[in-house]
Amino acid sequence: MSKVLEILTGIRPEFDFATSEDFFEDGLLDSFDLVTLVAELDEVYGISIDGMHILPENFANVAAIEAMLTRSGITP
Amino acid sequence: MRLSFSGKAITGILAVVPANERLFADEMANFNFSAARSRKLAEVMGYDRHRIVAGPVCSSDLAVAGLEHLFLQGQLAREEIDALIVVTQSPDYLMPGTSKVVHGRLGLHHDVFCLDVNQGCAGFLVGLMEGFMLLDQPAIRKVVLINVDVLSRKVSPRDRNSYPLIGDAATVTIIERSVDARPIEASIKMDGARREALIIPAGGFRRPSDALTAEMVEDADGNFRAPDNLKMDGSAVFNFVMTEVPTLIDDLLIDTDTAVERVDAFLCHQPNRFMLNKLADKLGVAYERMPSNVVEKFGNSSGVTIPLVTTLNYSERLTSETMYVCMSGFGAGLTWGAMLMDLGPLKFCETIDFEEDE
Repeated sequence: MSKVLEILTGIRPEFDFATSEDFFEDGLLDSFDLVTLVAELDEVYGISIDGMHILPENFANVAAIEAMLTRSGITP
Repeated sequence: MRLSFSGKAITGILAVVPANERLFADEMANFNFSAARSRKLAEVMGYDRHRIVAGPVCSSDLAVAGLEHLFLQGQLAREEIDALIVVTQSPDYLMPGTSKVVHGRLGLHHDVFCLDVNQGCAGFLVGLMEGFMLLDQPAIRKVVLINVDVLSRKVSPRDRNSYPLIGDAATVTIIERSVDARPIEASIKMDGARREALIIPAGGFRRPSDALTAEMVEDADGNFRAPDNLKMDGSAVFNFVMTEVPTLIDDLLIDTDTAVERVDAFLCHQPNRFMLNKLADKLGVAYERMPSNVVEKFGNSSGVTIPLVTTLNYSERLTSETMYVCMSGFGAGLTWGAMLMDLGPLKFCETIDFEEDE
């Protein structure tokens, strides 16, 4: 399991994030979970994701999150 | 809009917070979310405890308590007050304005310019700006600025968006002319097109309160609130703050040729710890220079939070020395602004509790 998937599962253990293309559309995450997710990504990768980029579309699936981490200078 | 003010200074700040304290841990069961999710969120946002009124306390009650404390301590005399500005979104009545209620309850003389401002989280900056402009009148030598809100009475206890962070409080800020004061530089912007991001939909003339507006409805995130309650679009507000506020502060610093390092403290509105830390990261400011501890200790009391974060963190320092500060408020309207000024030494800078009658 990728590190990103581990973090997502830690936030909402009841869901399978590997099969969803849109966590928000599918009801796996809400806006509050997004805040928790960003805080955990910041902590795990030692970064601060730019507040301007904290939008659901940038965290809608594993690929989008990994792309966001790459933009923040991290290899997921 | 860029504004500059000369020869004005803040000379004292008093904060008044309700003695009634509620713990987030005790309120989690009210929300339609698992305890584990609520706990995680609390850690990130800084939810811990908040001070809210227990009974039917009104804005003028907190304001009068603060002013009476100052009268009693000899920090302010009734006859010195030339202007009284009350900034609130939770007035005692639709009419008359709360400044008149405070004026009458304290028996102030008739030569007082009373002004009411309906402004939210940018209310301290807007109130200061109004006060500075009033001080240009020769007859006005001392302005009392009251920022006060008891918005907990308008927030649904089952709304996890707003209830854990809401706080009630008042501050009394004294503004006077000061010949030695360095210029105060400010910037303020408004966008009424986004007014619904923070709104109490019912209770005004547009939609008067009735039985229907008191009915709780569940939203997509599982929160329950009625049109009579405060409604915050958390994502829209977060995005607004992250997009608009750093740019406005940066522009003000550049325009005034002020290096970030020259600012001793960034006294910002206190929505939650996460948002403030993101703001600090964006501006390249160390967290200790942008305190974010009001939400965890008192809750977010709207336009009161800037003077409250000041009394909470810099009470001792500001009664003995001058700090160069950048204040920034952002919220309902939408409104966002920043102000660079010398602050201190103040005659008083303290926080007191408001005890409710049994």
